[in-house]
Amino acid sequence: MSQVKNFTKGFIKENPVFVLLLGMCPTLGTTTSAINGLGMGLATAFVLTMSNLVVSLVKSQIPDKVRIPSFIVIIATFVTIVELVMQAYVPALYEQLGIFIPLIVVNCIVLGRAEAFASSHTPWSSVIDGLGMGLGFAFALTILGSVRELLGSGAIFGFHMIKGNLMLAFVLAPGAFIALGYIIAVINRINKNA
Amino acid sequence: MASKKESSFINMVLTLFVVTAIAALALGAVYVVTKKPIELANKQKQEDAIKKVLPDFDTLKVMNLPDASGKDTLQFNVASKDGQLVGVAIKTYTDKGFGGRIDVMVGFYPNGSICNTAVLQMKETPGLGTNLEHKNSDFPNQFEGKNPATYKLKVKKDGGDVDAITAATISSRAFCDALQRAYDAFEKQKGKF
Amino acid sequence: MEYFVIIISAIFVSNIVLTQFLGICPFLGVSKNISTSIGMGAAVMFVMTLATMSTWLFQYYLLNPFGLGFMQTIVFILVIAALVQMVEIILKKVSPALYQALGVYLPLITTNCAVLGVAILTIQKQFNLIEGTVYAISTAIGFTLALVIFAGIREHLDLMEVPKGMRGVPIALVVAGILAMAFMGFTGLV
Repeated sequence: MSQVKNFTKGFIKENPVFVLLLGMCPTLGTTTSAINGLGMGLATAFVLTMSNLVVSLVKSQIPDKVRIPSFIVIIATFVTIVELVMQAYVPALYEQLGIFIPLIVVNCIVLGRAEAFASSHTPWSSVIDGLGMGLGFAFALTILGSVRELLGSGAIFGFHMIKGNLMLAFVLAPGAFIALGYIIAVINRINKNA
Repeated sequence: MASKKESSFINMVLTLFVVTAIAALALGAVYVVTKKPIELANKQKQEDAIKKVLPDFDTLKVMNLPDASGKDTLQFNVASKDGQLVGVAIKTYTDKGFGGRIDVMVGFYPNGSICNTAVLQMKETPGLGTNLEHKNSDFPNQFEGKNPATYKLKVKKDGGDVDAITAATISSRAFCDALQRAYDAFEKQKGKF
Repeated sequence: MEYFVIIISAIFVSNIVLTQFLGICPFLGVSKNISTSIGMGAAVMFVMTLATMSTWLFQYYLLNPFGLGFMQTIVFILVIAALVQMVEIILKKVSPALYQALGVYLPLITTNCAVLGVAILTIQKQFNLIEGTVYAISTAIGFTLALVIFAGIREHLDLMEVPKGMRGVPIALVVAGILAMAFMGFTGLV
């Protein structure tokens, strides 16, 4: 597989959220606005890329039976680094995302890619895979965040587009499920035609 | 492709130990590096909030005093200018927000009127509950200059004087709760400034 | 009274799945029929309660005294992973019947973010050990409740004519949205 294809597959064809249906909790929980979705997506992308890199570097040194616990430690380390750095430099975003930052640890995408891809590929292609999947995740969260923010409060990234009474439900819990449901239906359609 | 390494008891324990040790070291390093900026960010935020909610002052005295129920302590920032008391900023909170706890800094004039408010921390719904902040809506403006002795800190739905944020009654109620807590504490501790 | 508030709010008002968005993966994955969702719910309750208790002890007797609060994430996930392993081994030896019932769900639980989520929330809400335990149990009840209701709806959904593009996950998400709307009715109860 060429590196370009390796990188772009995360966006539509194998998008972790829309197609593989992984990492649903942060997807639904943090996309109350486009900026929150993007922030969460980028934080996850960083963890995914770095842990993919480290896992593929050390894979031959780790005995098979303690593979998973070692991966978890590596992932948790990067998650904590993200936590500390965000707390220091973007405290407002850190507060908004709240508990979902430490929960990147249990995001199935991260461990899933470490196990399924990085543990059997070279460091270089693992980094590309991590970046592609991570940015694909960020892309999905930003889309969902924009849709919810636009329908719910008439803005995208805080810029007001529509005035008046909107469908408040979309910024609240029910809207998350419903908006994601319809987006997945549309993506299914696109992938089938392609 | 490297073949999978055999697992023996010793190398399993050793690997886990080494991985954890490196992780702990890396984290310790990042923690030390980010400790200062984190403290600074928190301090900056609090200082900005105090400046925003009080009239012009030159000296600030921080006191931790019990609130009206006596169960909890709140932080009082007593501000004066040229030796004259100009106001008190109280760091108050409520647990009744839509997203849980909300921390608010409230400034009072010496006579008990509200000078201004600033949200320090909240997890309210963006676009709704976040309207508690000045930069997002006019909602907090209505408290300026009001004295809670005559101005009922309750939303109109509950028989008070506060115009709630549309579709965010819970956040508005919680905000009033936080202000009331601060005002009660202010009244109780009045003599100590 | 305090416990009552914790219980009601954990089960209904801030239902872990429908308002907090934790544990969505098993919610969508294991909710095809009612009996498997009850099994999953029981396994989650078991692990969540044990995990919350043990992470609480780690937090207050290990991390806090040594000023290691920043190691919370890494310590908690390891404790939970180890706990799940241990429960699996012990259950296999002590109660094969229970293991048969819950066993298949256990490996899925390490990566169930609701478990780690509740452990962290318990610390954030500054609960004591008993409050934390009550909170964990009621959260698990809320999880099971959402799962069972959802499974019940999905069993009927299988018999319906759904537009082609919406079949499977999309329609399930829309149904979950409507269910979440129903749970919003509990807002402001406590």
